Amino acid sequence: MSEPAKLPATLEPPRDAHAPGSLPSSRVETLRVGDFRNYSVLDLAFESGFVVFHGNNGAGKTNLLEALSLLSPGRGIRRATYGEMARQGGSGGFLVRAGIVSNETATLVESRLPPPGGAPASRHLRIDKTVARTADELLEVCRVLWLTPAMDGLFTGPAGDRRRFLDRMVLAVDPAHGRRASDYERAMRSRNRLLSEDRMDDVWLSGLEAQMAELGVAMAIARRELTRMLTAKIAEAASASPFPAARLELSSGYELADFSTAAVETEEEVRLALRRSRGIDRAAGRTREGAHRADLAVYFAAKNMPAALASTGEQKALLIGLVLAHAQLVAQLSGFRPILLLDEVAAHLDPGRRAALFDLVALLGVQAFMTGTDAALFEALAGRADMISVASTSER
Amino acid sequence: MAKSVAGPEIEKLIQLLAKLPGLGPRSARRAALHLVKRREQLLTPLTAAMAEARDKIGICSTCGNIDSRDPCTICTDHARDQATVVVVEDVSDLWALERAKALNAAYHVLGGVLSPLEGVGPEDLTIRQLIDRIEAGGVKELVIAVNATVEGQTTAHYIMDRLEGLDVKVTRLAHGVPVGGELDYLDEGTLAAAMRSRTAL
Ligand SMILES: Nc1ncnc2c1ncn2[C@@H]1O[C@H](COP(=O)(O)OP(=O)(O)OP(=O)(O)O)[C@@H](O)[C@H]1O
Ligand SMILES: [Mg+2]
Ligand SMILES: [Zn+2]
Repeated sequence: MSEPAKLPATLEPPRDAHAPGSLPSSRVETLRVGDFRNYSVLDLAFESGFVVFHGNNGAGKTNLLEALSLLSPGRGIRRATYGEMARQGGSGGFLVRAGIVSNETATLVESRLPPPGGAPASRHLRIDKTVARTADELLEVCRVLWLTPAMDGLFTGPAGDRRRFLDRMVLAVDPAHGRRASDYERAMRSRNRLLSEDRMDDVWLSGLEAQMAELGVAMAIARRELTRMLTAKIAEAASASPFPAARLELSSGYELADFSTAAVETEEEVRLALRRSRGIDRAAGRTREGAHRADLAVYFAAKNMPAALASTGEQKALLIGLVLAHAQLVAQLSGFRPILLLDEVAAHLDPGRRAALFDLVALLGVQAFMTGTDAALFEALAGRADMISVASTSER
Repeated sequence: MAKSVAGPEIEKLIQLLAKLPGLGPRSARRAALHLVKRREQLLTPLTAAMAEARDKIGICSTCGNIDSRDPCTICTDHARDQATVVVVEDVSDLWALERAKALNAAYHVLGGVLSPLEGVGPEDLTIRQLIDRIEAGGVKELVIAVNATVEGQTTAHYIMDRLEGLDVKVTRLAHGVPVGGELDYLDEGTLAAAMRSRTAL
């Protein structure tokens, strides 16, 4: 059920870099939102590799990025509930429909929240009018990556946020990772429940522990692979990049397991450790060790200092560098040039770095959606970007 | 629910219809109206069919299938290989396999999967009956065809452990089953392929 990630061991040179002026091979061409956040209905068309949403605070720029982030599995850039995305005072449901062109194939992706009434608040997804069984099917259409102000505290905040960030990075190159992570979580919660109910059914617990071991080890290996390849990408880019290089240090969440041995042996070791820790885990009311305890430590490489100690601006620059290196990795490994959602990134950069960011994005050949309160921030993109002015209904 | 405009009888019908899988309050209302409008063509025959189903259809005491006979049509079909038993979660999975004409075998319906989160334990499933059935003799091969979910796999593990020492060959439905795909929803070609390539454990 959970093959460890099979990723190439070496990094090949990027495929055909895009000739300047040509369109990214994977891009959003149209977007319709209905009853979504502050929009009752809005139709947009995009014609460039750069799309800029500019307008006042509260105009609805981030809301548009959120709509685009629904082209990826999960609940989008804000991790909000679908009910929160439905327009207040609207029908209670919403529609987000995007026309995508990816590697010369046009696809229509539609997320719809039906108006409330008995059914659970989950979105209905159609890809080219066909109902998608799982949101993972989106990964066959495109890849969407983002950087938002909410991620500013990533290095100083809770490990859970970094773990989610890490898993999203893995998912973009290894689509099986999402299912692996949610199954792991479910197996763990099931085991915790049996332990807390004092149901020490050895065979049942063993069945769950076998899956936790299989899934957890596969997760650890996939995360390790991603970290290794990302490290290589960062090193490759280091000399040319205006953004500081990050050094990554992954802790797997397992104390015992040494992931250099064959996966089957590691699985066995993890399985036995889980079996031994039933008593301790029952007393603790949680599973003390495992893939759910992983963390990604990030260092400011040049200063060999934890990123958490770097200045606010330095942290932001580190994060941008990381996201761009990841975007490059995704383009190389997944066969899709990722679509980037960069919320309020430009405002934090000095003009030199800002221009460098634009050039890097152009070089990557990806489509980037960016926001800012002031159109002037994007002057360096003159003639290369769709400049879309966003104004809330009350302003119009 | 809005105040009734048509009396408590129709409200009760709507409420019951809304409990059917796939029907929400809105579609239940439509269905009820449809039934009432087509009294002779639909409501009367449906009422009779439901009464008959209630009176005659039961659960096969051997395999857990639903039929008007006990043992069921499948269990008494001598053209079938009764020595091969396919273990499925639910009757709907049995039906899916039958539609796919994947195997000419007998079945065992577990009646669910082990799920601590939903409070389903071994005693809620027909695992005991499965073991009794094997101990009674005649079953040579067991094909475990549960879904590729955490609960399904845990249940498979549990059953395999309980079968230890019994004289039966156990195979498992190969993972030709797509991720997230539940047996009931698989297209018939995929199912037939998965059944053919089942792996011995
Ligand atoms: N469910 C909803 N229904 C209606 N309006 C909403 C809903 N959720 C959020 N809003 C409104 O959407 C508006 C725009 O939000 P958004 O975050 O997109 O602004 P923005 O343009 O990114 O602003 P800023 O420059 O401050 O980041 C907010 O004023 C908020 O009140
Ligand atoms: Mg915003
Ligand atoms: Zn039967």
